[in-house]
Amino acid sequence: MTVHGHSAKSLVDFARGEISREVFVNEEIYQEELERVFTRGWLYVGHTSQIKKPGDYFVSCMGEESVILTRDPAGKVHVFLNTCRHRGMKVCRYDEGHTVHFVCPYHGWSYATDGRLVGVPQAEKAYRPPLDRSQWALIEVAQIAQYRGTVWATWDHSAPALLDYLGEAKLALDLALGAWDGSDEETELLGSVQKWLIPANWKFVAENFSGDGLHVVSHRSVDLVGIGPTDGEGRRDDPGKLMMTTSPQWGHGLTFSYLPPDPNRTDYAASPAASQYFKQCWKKRIERMGDRAGLQAVVGTIFPNLSFHGQQPRTLLVAHPRGVAKTEMWRVYFADRNAPEEVKQFLRHYYIRYSGPAGMTEQDDMENWNYATAASRGSIARRYPYNYKAGLGAEETNEMVPGVVTNHPISLTTEQNPRNFYKRWAEFMDAKSWRDLKPSQVDDLSEHRR
Amino acid sequence: MSRVDLPPARLEYLNLIKEIEDLFFLEADLLDERRYEEWLALFTDDLRYWMPLRKNLAHQDDRGDITGENDIAWIDDDKATLIKRAGQLRTGVHWAEEPFSRVCHIISNVRLVDSSADALDGKDFEVSSRFCVYRNRVETETDFLVGRRRDILRRVNSELRIARRKIILDQSVLMAKNLTMFF
Ligand code: FES
Ligand SMILES: [Fe+2]
Repeated sequence: MTVHGHSAKSLVDFARGEISREVFVNEEIYQEELERVFTRGWLYVGHTSQIKKPGDYFVSCMGEESVILTRDPAGKVHVFLNTCRHRGMKVCRYDEGHTVHFVCPYHGWSYATDGRLVGVPQAEKAYRPPLDRSQWALIEVAQIAQYRGTVWATWDHSAPALLDYLGEAKLALDLALGAWDGSDEETELLGSVQKWLIPANWKFVAENFSGDGLHVVSHRSVDLVGIGPTDGEGRRDDPGKLMMTTSPQWGHGLTFSYLPPDPNRTDYAASPAASQYFKQCWKKRIERMGDRAGLQAVVGTIFPNLSFHGQQPRTLLVAHPRGVAKTEMWRVYFADRNAPEEVKQFLRHYYIRYSGPAGMTEQDDMENWNYATAASRGSIARRYPYNYKAGLGAEETNEMVPGVVTNHPISLTTEQNPRNFYKRWAEFMDAKSWRDLKPSQVDDLSEHRR
Repeated sequence: MSRVDLPPARLEYLNLIKEIEDLFFLEADLLDERRYEEWLALFTDDLRYWMPLRKNLAHQDDRGDITGENDIAWIDDDKATLIKRAGQLRTGVHWAEEPFSRVCHIISNVRLVDSSADALDGKDFEVSSRFCVYRNRVETETDFLVGRRRDILRRVNSELRIARRKIILDQSVLMAKNLTMFF
């Protein structure tokens, strides 16, 4: 990519921790992102608990484009572009449901849940030679993969397998999406999707959740009133020591936390049912995992736009691009499938008073992303880069978690994760194909320390 | 001018409707004047203040397009949480409302859902209304949120109080960056 003759790499000064404002406000760069980031990366599209039975579907999106996640009669999971092959009509305008066919409202072509074009009105009269329906199926993604209930897809045949792409984030997803008791039991969504539009560039969202410990100060108001699960104090129970980790070759940003396996934890004390369930899980978790029981994934972003909280709250967020200064947020919440209903309900209340557009924490984030985007658009403003220098040179390693780490207490004050996010972003923007995007041979730490 | 004599039952009904409207109009003024502490006093202690999501579903789908009691919602507060929301607005560092937005509530279409018998007997009763909530923020930010409310009202020490509020917003993708306002 070049903008006014500049490569993306020249807009992201990784070593000095300076990033051009063009990255956030330039319309041409945004259009290139849709091409180069959102058609190549692995994107989260949904959760298997949204398509439990054959014939179930859930309408999602990849970048700006609507897609349909389906389970066909044989139980196979698909992701199709939500557009008719005839004249482009949006084939499905429901958010979710169950069907045998998707019937296009315009001229009545119908498609099976495995994508086949199965019905064309007047086909015998209209097509001579006969229409070869096999050539006009719904457009399907190049690759699809599932991981611990999450469903992912990419439009790029040459993208590496999802498990490779996740890199160091695999451990974070294992911890975030795994059951509290450390077993292989599943988690499930607590219900429907919150969808809302915010006037901000999508990368403000992604970089924030990749690891921005310094913005905790902007949440002072919620800390003052207290919404946490232990008698309404603070926002969270003590997560322990924080370790901020980047996946240097893949661009993911993760924050892990660690508490020694003290059997007498009092988390979730505001709810007798939840605290009892937590205690019982915690005991089993210590039995199963020993010293590692206290390792948690707190928050993170899988490049490019899937963010998660793994602990308090437990939620997945997709920042769907809708324009250079517009993002559609999709947030779902999840819990252990085996948790008692009373526990799930307590958690549901806690999670949505924390996150989402009415979330007492998230409200302030959106105000910041909104006005940061708006105030960066001006001709003069664009001449001055953003500052991502915090924690430069503080990168280390840590035997407990993979990747490049900034350990506690500096972990709350480093910007290594956003820096790394933009380094990967620039690689995506400049690369001609996945051939140039496969993890490089760089020595991770030395490049971070440069 | 001649006075119209109304049957006593009709008079009782009109009195009740007027009393409910007075409550809702007072509530709108308290909110728009940011008198949150007085506003909170209009709710009972066992309050559920609930704003479900809306969905696009096929017409034969019998779940309805409003998310259910135990589903994810925009807001699902008890009174303690609602008090915290008001408290957050008073901290001076709640950046989503610092400086304060200008909010205007218009409440209309007030109607008893069932007959007035329960209300007149002192039992809980349900009232339907419409809201238009206008928010103007900082310079040119503007949101206009419209929908219905279903309230359960209760008489407490001769005053009407709100025991349950269900807020049915007519948007599926919320077209506001946040929900810092009350409904
Ligand atoms: S556009 Fe779908 S049938 Fe014509
Ligand atoms: Fe935040």
